[in-house]
Amino acid sequence: MSETPTLDDLLAAHAAGNLSMPVALIVASHLALSVESRCRYHAYEAVGGALLRQIEPVPCAPEAWDRLCARLDDEGPEPHRPPPPAPSLRHIPDPLRQHLPDSLEALPWRRLGEATQADLDLRDPGYRTTLIRVPPGSTYPRHTHGGTELILVLEGGFRDESGRHLRGELVIAGPEIEHQPVAEPGQDWLWLRVLDAPLRPTGPIGRLLAPFRRL
Amino acid sequence: MTEADRRSEPALVADLLAVAERRDREAFGRLFAFYAPRVKGYLRRRGTEEAMAEDLTQEVMLTMWRRAHQFDEHRATPSTWVFTIARNKRIDALRRGSRPELEAGATDLPEEVDPAPRGERVVEARQMEEMVSRAIQRLPKEQAELVRIFYFEDKPHTVIADELGLPFGTVKSRLRLALSKLRVMLGGEAP
Repeated sequence: MSETPTLDDLLAAHAAGNLSMPVALIVASHLALSVESRCRYHAYEAVGGALLRQIEPVPCAPEAWDRLCARLDDEGPEPHRPPPPAPSLRHIPDPLRQHLPDSLEALPWRRLGEATQADLDLRDPGYRTTLIRVPPGSTYPRHTHGGTELILVLEGGFRDESGRHLRGELVIAGPEIEHQPVAEPGQDWLWLRVLDAPLRPTGPIGRLLAPFRRL
Repeated sequence: MTEADRRSEPALVADLLAVAERRDREAFGRLFAFYAPRVKGYLRRRGTEEAMAEDLTQEVMLTMWRRAHQFDEHRATPSTWVFTIARNKRIDALRRGSRPELEAGATDLPEEVDPAPRGERVVEARQMEEMVSRAIQRLPKEQAELVRIFYFEDKPHTVIADELGLPFGTVKSRLRLALSKLRVMLGGEAP
C-alpha cells in the first residue's frame, strides 16, 4: 500500500489474492458485514474465474489422476469444522474471530487517553493490527497519517471530518487526511485498525502523549 | 484444441452437480481434465514452483471433490468457484511456507464469507460467465493485459510500468479504469 487505495482497489486486490494477511483480514471482516461490498467483490472474483478458464493450461504429471484417485478412495468426511464462537464474540466477524481469544478481556489492553487498545500479533512486520475501544462520546487523539490507516467499525460508530461511520463500514485514511474521531453516543465504539506506517499525533493532547505512548 | 478445451459452462455445472449428488467419478474425471491443467497454469504463472504447483493442484481438485455439495450454481460459475479455491490454497501455502512455526491452518482465512441471500446477486452466475468473457474481450488490449497481470502475476505497478514502457500513474489509472468497467458491466453494483 504505497499509495492510498480506494475501497474498490482493496476489494479487487482481495479477489485476486494480492493482499498481505493483515489487510486481507480486515477486508474479509468488512465483507462479512457489508452486502454492497460483497456484490462488488463477487464481480471481481468472477473476472478471476473467466481468466482461469482462458488461461494457458500446463499439463499435469502423467500419474496425477491416479494419484488423486488413490486419495479419493480413502476419503473420509470433510476434516474439522471450527467450533461455534464463544457467546461474547458472536458480533465479531468470523475472519477476525479466528485471531482472538475466547473473551476480548483476555487481550493485552492498555489505556490511551479515553480509549483502550490492544495490538494483535499477526506476525507480519509490515503492519500493525489493533483492536480499539472508545467510550460513547469520547475522542481518539487527533492525528495525521504516515501511510494508510484502515478502520473497520465493529460496534457503535464514530464521527470525524469526513462524516458519520457505523458498524460494518471500512474507512480508509491516507497521508492527506487529518482527523479526530469521536465515538457516537449510546454505546462503545469498537474498531479494528490496520496501519502500514505510524500515525502522527497532531492535537495538543496527542503531542503531549507522543513521547510516552504510541497511538 | 483438445476435447477438454471446448467444455461449456453448463456441462461443467452438470458434472459438478453429479459429483455433489452421486460422487460420480467419471464426471469428476472430466472436471479434472478441464481444470487441473488450468489450475496448474494459474499456479505456475503466479510463481509457484513445479513440484509445489503439482501438489497444490492435487489439493485444489481434492477440495472440489470434498466440497462439491457446497457449490451453488446461482452464486458462482464452476470456473469462479475453482478460481477461489486455487487462490486460497496458494495463499495458505505461502503463509505456511514463510512461517513454519505456525501450525497448518492457523492463519487460514475462511473459504467464504457468510452465505448471502440469493437475491443479492444481480446477475445469475450462468449469464455472468458469458458476460465476463465478453466484457474482457471488449476491453482495449492493453487494459485486458493489465487485468491479467493483476490476477496472475501481481507485479508491483512500477515493474509493470517499466515493462510496458508506460508512466507509473498511467498503469495505475488504466488498471483501475479496466477493473471498474468490468465490475459495472458485470452488475457488481449493489441492487
